[in-house]
Amino acid sequence: MSFTVTTCPLVEARAPRADLYDFTVCCPEIARIATPGQFIMVRCGELTLRRPISICDAEGDLLRFVFEVRGAGTAWLAERKVGDILDILGPQGNGFTFDDTSQPAVFVGGGIGIFPLLHACKPFGTQATVLLGFRSADLVSMLEDFQAAGADVRLATDNGTAGHHGLVTDLLRARCDEGPVSAIFACGPKPMLRATAAIAEEWEIPCQLSLEQRMACGIGACLGCAQKIRHPDGTETYAHVCSDGPVFDARVVVW
Amino acid sequence: MVVPNLAVNIAGVTLANPVVTASGTFGFGREYGTLYSLAELGAIAVKGLTLKERPGNAPPRVAETPAGMLNSVGLQNPGVDAFIREELPWLKEQGAVVIANIAGSTIEDYCAMAECLSDTAVDMIELNISCPNVKEGGVAFGTSCDSVAAITAAVRGYCRKPLIVKLSPNVTDIAEIAVTAVDNGADALSLINTLLGMRVDIQTRRPILANNVGGLSGPAVRPIAVRMVWQVHQRVNVPIIGMGGVATWEDAVEMMLAGANAIAVGTALYLDPYAPLKIKQGVADYLDRSGMADVSELVGAVQVY
Ligand SMILES: Cc1cc2nc3c(=O)[nH]c(=O)nc-3n(C[C@H](O)[C@H](O)[C@H](O)COP(=O)(O)OP(=O)(O)OC[C@H]3O[C@@H](n4cnc5c(N)ncnc54)[C@H](O)[C@@H]3O)c2cc1C
Ligand SMILES: Cc1cc2nc3c(=O)[nH]c(=O)nc-3n(C[C@H](O)[C@H](O)[C@H](O)COP(=O)(O)O)c2cc1C
Ligand code: FES
Repeated sequence: MSFTVTTCPLVEARAPRADLYDFTVCCPEIARIATPGQFIMVRCGELTLRRPISICDAEGDLLRFVFEVRGAGTAWLAERKVGDILDILGPQGNGFTFDDTSQPAVFVGGGIGIFPLLHACKPFGTQATVLLGFRSADLVSMLEDFQAAGADVRLATDNGTAGHHGLVTDLLRARCDEGPVSAIFACGPKPMLRATAAIAEEWEIPCQLSLEQRMACGIGACLGCAQKIRHPDGTETYAHVCSDGPVFDARVVVW
Repeated sequence: MVVPNLAVNIAGVTLANPVVTASGTFGFGREYGTLYSLAELGAIAVKGLTLKERPGNAPPRVAETPAGMLNSVGLQNPGVDAFIREELPWLKEQGAVVIANIAGSTIEDYCAMAECLSDTAVDMIELNISCPNVKEGGVAFGTSCDSVAAITAAVRGYCRKPLIVKLSPNVTDIAEIAVTAVDNGADALSLINTLLGMRVDIQTRRPILANNVGGLSGPAVRPIAVRMVWQVHQRVNVPIIGMGGVATWEDAVEMMLAGANAIAVGTALYLDPYAPLKIKQGVADYLDRSGMADVSELVGAVQVY
């Protein structure tokens, strides 16, 4: 555990679509040690709790995160301008672990869960298949970033307005049928994660899931962000998403 | 220029400064201990302990509120033995003054914990009879004078460390409860624990917390805490650790003027993990600017109308 609490300037702020913000801060303390799947806790003015946001990418001194406006905290953050100073705690949590990045891997993302997958898929280059699910075409984002990383990117929307008409997990089944997959990495809404875990089990493919939970401290002290997990001996306990996760082996998650 | 004295004496234990971290908000110190030396703090009240390990409540366990938060962690902890074995030696190595916060469902549980902790290196024992989040959290003991008298007297018989009784704000007359605790052997008092609250998600029409209700803390509760500390201070002669929404040095000074000998910081850690150190420095600077030599000059110094 080696997080810091630091202030850093916002160096790039884009709004790729309505209510979606793509921020880059110059934050060497965090950017240089962040590993894929870790997250940051961002201070939002005087609101009591910092907001957890995934690290989307880290290169050199630059740290990128992408967020959707949901409530008071993300609305406050969305109003920050280039040059403003942000107060960030991180990098935090246990991210994805990679066995062999030369083997084909599949990344499954849904909605605002797609962002941490960019940092994660990069080491796999052209061996990565990235499956992205959205509700509708107007919510699609980051396609070019994943393509630029070398990944084979496929799209699904719930209403069929872009890509496959249906669930992103349909694409996962199709991809598993096509050929070998050494590992699956997923982040998104719970039902999507649960379906992904079931498919991984069926195909006997190692699978890691990035989970969400409401947080207070973000570092493992308050025990606020509980997630029930199953141990090898069959007992179940509450782990904590911020410090034991956010990434968990799909087999230990108790739904 | 004389450097003002920040050290305070709580029931025979010297705290290097009056800034404590509130039970349950700071774990066992390991996480915040990666940011700064725990010896910088006056004391650390550890996560509430129970006789046996407790899994805690189902999530979600936290929700933000205007200027505060609700929690329903439900006393998740590894049990008092695991604490003594795995956490306490490390905490003492860091040079921390350690307050063991204990909770239980029976008077016997509390007595057994007080007895076994009395043989360890903990500096003080804090009787949590005010956790609103679990039936076994002791809140049933904390809300009537009769039960406060019974549990305090019983635990006193087993406790060979200074005994702090932590009071619930969810009562009609906190001063009566405070007097009862002191009459039955409390060496010090801490207040306030959280106020029972609730939030409902209007989209799903369900409570945000899986426990439906939870304990409210943070700046929103501070005026209540200040008022209660003031009321209790007038009635008892034991030291008071004041808490509830303290986030800045100004808040700490206010709490001390109302009657607190020391203050604890909880929820404010989440916005600024360094809050306790900034509060300590701010109080020292304030004393210096006011030409005060000792932090104890602040205690109860409010001049009321
Ligand atoms: C590990 C992790 C990584 C995340 N990464 C991203 C990301 O990369 N991009 C993105 O857009 N969102 C991400 N989220 C979700 C994001 O944290 C919430 O959308 C955000 O906290 C909402 O805050 P608000 O003030 O706008 O909403 P409000 O509803 O006003 O928030 C009130 C409280 O609830 C909490 N809360 C609300 N929704 C969530 C949620 N889904 N998960 C956790 N806490 C929540 C808030 O943190 C805050 O404490 C992530 C969440 C987690 C746990
Ligand atoms: C997440 C959380 C967990 C807590 N757990 C405990 C506990 O285990 N025992 C206890 O006596 N008080 C517990 N409390 C109450 C605090 O110690 C403190 O009394 C209260 O939060 C008011 O202070 P604050 O506003 O500075 O947080 C907890 C509070 C929070 C926010
Ligand atoms: S948010 Fe405090 S333990 Fe995870």
